[in-house]
Amino acid sequence: MPRARFTSHLQKFFPTLEQGITVQGDTVADVVQALDARYPGIASYFVDERGALRKHVNVFIGDEFVLDRTTLADRVKEDQVVFFMQALSGG
Amino acid sequence: MGDLLILGTRKGLLQYERHNGAWRYKSESFRAQPVSYAMRDPRTGTLWAGLDHGHWGQKLHRSDDVGAMWQEVPVPVFPDGAVQSVGFPGGDRRETPAKLSYIWIIQPGGADQPERLYIGTEPGGLFRSDDGGESFELVQSLWDRSERSEWWFGGGRDHPGLCSICVDPRDSAHIVVGISCGGVYETHDDGATWHPRNSGLYADFLPDPTSEFGHDPHFMLMSPSNPDVLWQQNHCGVFRSIDSGKTWKNISQPEAPAYFGFPIAVDPHDANTAWVVPAIDSEFRIAVDRALCVCRTEDGGNTWAALRNGLPQGAAFDVVFRHALDLSGDTLAFGTTTGNLYLSSDRGESWQCLGGNLPPIYSVRFASA
Repeated sequence: MPRARFTSHLQKFFPTLEQGITVQGDTVADVVQALDARYPGIASYFVDERGALRKHVNVFIGDEFVLDRTTLADRVKEDQVVFFMQALSGG
Repeated sequence: MGDLLILGTRKGLLQYERHNGAWRYKSESFRAQPVSYAMRDPRTGTLWAGLDHGHWGQKLHRSDDVGAMWQEVPVPVFPDGAVQSVGFPGGDRRETPAKLSYIWIIQPGGADQPERLYIGTEPGGLFRSDDGGESFELVQSLWDRSERSEWWFGGGRDHPGLCSICVDPRDSAHIVVGISCGGVYETHDDGATWHPRNSGLYADFLPDPTSEFGHDPHFMLMSPSNPDVLWQQNHCGVFRSIDSGKTWKNISQPEAPAYFGFPIAVDPHDANTAWVVPAIDSEFRIAVDRALCVCRTEDGGNTWAALRNGLPQGAAFDVVFRHALDLSGDTLAFGTTTGNLYLSSDRGESWQCLGGNLPPIYSVRFASA
């Protein structure tokens, strides 16, 4: 199963967040949904009310930027790590 | 009422408390997180805070123990199919799915509606809860106004903002809202139907400054002692209405200082008395003559007094945002964009600085301890 890793900034909102947690899913959208089941509300930190990635959130699959920021349909392989990061912006 | 000061700031929610007659710093919540608006519902004692995370979106939190513990609750969500306009008419105007981009104001319903709560948002939405804030529903009748797509637009921000919600204490079904840049709307039937109330306003940024729509009420209040009297600090002056918004009268000082600004406070017992904190007009947005003053009228806006005692009178660039001035009894407080918090115990005659190294302040609201 893919694993999920997170920016440490998310720890203050979800103190029990476990780095490297394994989740079920074939796409980034699946991973977000699985994470929300484990940490209720966390999906709303990644995506807006239409399910699109928030403007200042980045997701990497391994070392690659996610391509579909609107529906998160990018495929995720069994052994891959999905990183949820804040984009560096502002001051 | 009035022993707590609740501040929404760029770096968290701060509280000050009155202790043995003196005000002192009490606590901090949401460390270093932008709090767009914070208030305490006097009916329930619940603290509410809207958070504006740079990365993670808008969030809504509540506390039932004056900020010791907070609970995140679902934010208002625009329904499927709701669209917002971007760009300008005649140019690149187009529609995109409506998404919550800012929580402007959180407002209790009437005293006879203990479960009713309102939230005003960007883009220009009025949301209503009838379960104490557990869930919110868009007031579709206002959102569906046909002029919204053409005449409501962004000013300073990308989209119109619903920043003012006035509930008539005589009749909770009578509500007046102010939208920057959209204008004033009134309902007498609890939001079933709405009527634009912009006659007499002036909008120098429109081709027709007396247009029916598109005005920019930065902040609007209803006089509690006579709810037919409305006041607004507009982008283009200070205006007052004595007929619940049907007609507005420009009560600005032509040569300033009481002209441009964002906040307004009104006396709960006297519908002729109000305070504003002026700034230089929209081109500059700094303190007039780099000197901070509060202007007070006690005759319905015929005359204004500039109150300066205790406020910096040189090298001051402070601007006070629309929700960052409040009144409780004879005590006024305001917070500024440059992180200064000022308080007056004598209706503005004299001021003291409670904090001078604070983050930029977005909202200041009194509450009971």
